[in-house]
Amino acid sequence: MTTPATRATIDAIWRIESAKLVAGLTRSLRDVGLAEELAQDAFVAALEQWPTGGVPDEPGAWLMTVAKRRGIDQLRRRTTFERKQEQLIHEISVLERLEDPAFAAAEQPVEDDVLRLVFLTCHPAVPVEGRIALTLKIVGGLTSAEIARAFLTREPTIAQRIVRAKRTLAAVRAPFELPSGDELQQRLAPVLDVVYLVFNEGYAASRGDDWIRPELCGDALRLARILAALRPNEPEVLGLQALLELQASRLHARSTADGTPIRLEDQDRARWDRLLVRRGLAALDRLTALETPLGPYGLQAEIAACHARATSVPATNWPRIVALYDALATITGSPVVELNRAVAVAMAFGPDAGLELVDALADDPRLAGYHLVDTVRGDLLERAGRTVDARAAFLRAAERCENGAERGVLLARANACVD
Amino acid sequence: MRFMVLVPGDADTEAGVMPTTKQLEEMTAYNEELVKAGVMIGGDGLHPTSKGAKVRFDGGTKTVTDGPFTEAKELVAGYWLWECASREEAIEWLKRAPFDGGTEVEIRQVFDMSDFDDQMTPELREANERLVAGETANRERPGA
Repeated sequence: MTTPATRATIDAIWRIESAKLVAGLTRSLRDVGLAEELAQDAFVAALEQWPTGGVPDEPGAWLMTVAKRRGIDQLRRRTTFERKQEQLIHEISVLERLEDPAFAAAEQPVEDDVLRLVFLTCHPAVPVEGRIALTLKIVGGLTSAEIARAFLTREPTIAQRIVRAKRTLAAVRAPFELPSGDELQQRLAPVLDVVYLVFNEGYAASRGDDWIRPELCGDALRLARILAALRPNEPEVLGLQALLELQASRLHARSTADGTPIRLEDQDRARWDRLLVRRGLAALDRLTALETPLGPYGLQAEIAACHARATSVPATNWPRIVALYDALATITGSPVVELNRAVAVAMAFGPDAGLELVDALADDPRLAGYHLVDTVRGDLLERAGRTVDARAAFLRAAERCENGAERGVLLARANACVD
Repeated sequence: MRFMVLVPGDADTEAGVMPTTKQLEEMTAYNEELVKAGVMIGGDGLHPTSKGAKVRFDGGTKTVTDGPFTEAKELVAGYWLWECASREEAIEWLKRAPFDGGTEVEIRQVFDMSDFDDQMTPELREANERLVAGETANRERPGA
């Protein structure tokens, strides 16, 4: 009955079990760093044994048992060395917990353990890059190699970020618990930001030649769905889920087969994924039913929904989008939001009205070197028929853009302006 | 990748027999697990084939047969839509489902738009777009 397992099967099981495994271990060890290490040991054992011995009937329980046994071995060995007394006491207590027969209870993660884990991996004491790597690794079940590939960096870099993140969590003694009340709101923001940043890097890659990396979008969408399933009445969680479902619905329409970006107005809307649109609008309906003021993600989801509901760019409710950007700009104070608002104003009230806003933003030091300012200006100048100025703006934007595919489009648009 | 999981029917689903409380509990727990893993993106149960029908196409003749269908392989009781990173992941999720008694459950990968890129002519694309836009499709046959 045991059939040899392929690497793909083991990776798949890991993706399914990893978060539950680390959460269960963290619950009883009260040490996420050690928990992650032991879970990795168990994964390595699976990679060694399953290809020939086959996948056990209960792979999750198998991984937990192996992790636990490794923990006991490792700690027994360690405590024989001379160590600081405090460390020794800690290790003995961990060992006791591992050897406790009641440890078996940890094999079934308690309700919300995965959520507790997310709050740990997205702890504000950890730098953003570390949070992203740790969350994708532990909660998303990705390997360091997969994360490195997704972020166009080397595997040791990712491993290093994870080690540092775990060290920070140990140093600040981050607890394995659910924040409540006001603290929940504060702690939720960095969690949602991590998911959003992962999605964005996949949706419009900041570096490299590929403009879109759909796997990264898929991982972020999955995390957003997990959060929404765990906290279905949290407005910003629903807002983020709605936003990502709606954005992801356009994924296939946003670039040509060879990876050239396609602007919203030129997209074939038949290629928008209707299932994702429906799911996004349904999440937005649930958010609306909560009757709470919209936060930044809820507002962005409403904006995305305006596009999703429209049959074409001219048929889009631009005045409503302007109003939503007004609200978003008030909450966030972000110049990037102001820039997007300028585009919406141009669509609603003509390019000159938009250009006025863009020019007012040009001196904002926070936008210095940001290529989208010139991209937007070029776009609006082109719409206003000022092709010479538009060309100059597109060329400036291309100079500042760090993504290969996007730069190509900007240069093409600059060249088209002299026609 | 998106997968459709086709759950077969049997004498009970055909007779409209509702599952036992225990079966319902197990299936609910399983569904919850799928949702909390961010895997489940859709799914429905289907009425017995007695409420369905078949249309057979043959040289311009269309023959309608009312349900119930008799061949076991024709019975589908429901489906799930899952979003997974790989075919292997879909298989591993399915292996965790509370089925028994020789039930065979089928997993099929769902096409997405980009799979049709080679076949889609500009005309087809445009027709598709019209449909999505909610307009009435052009009913005139080509060349008519």
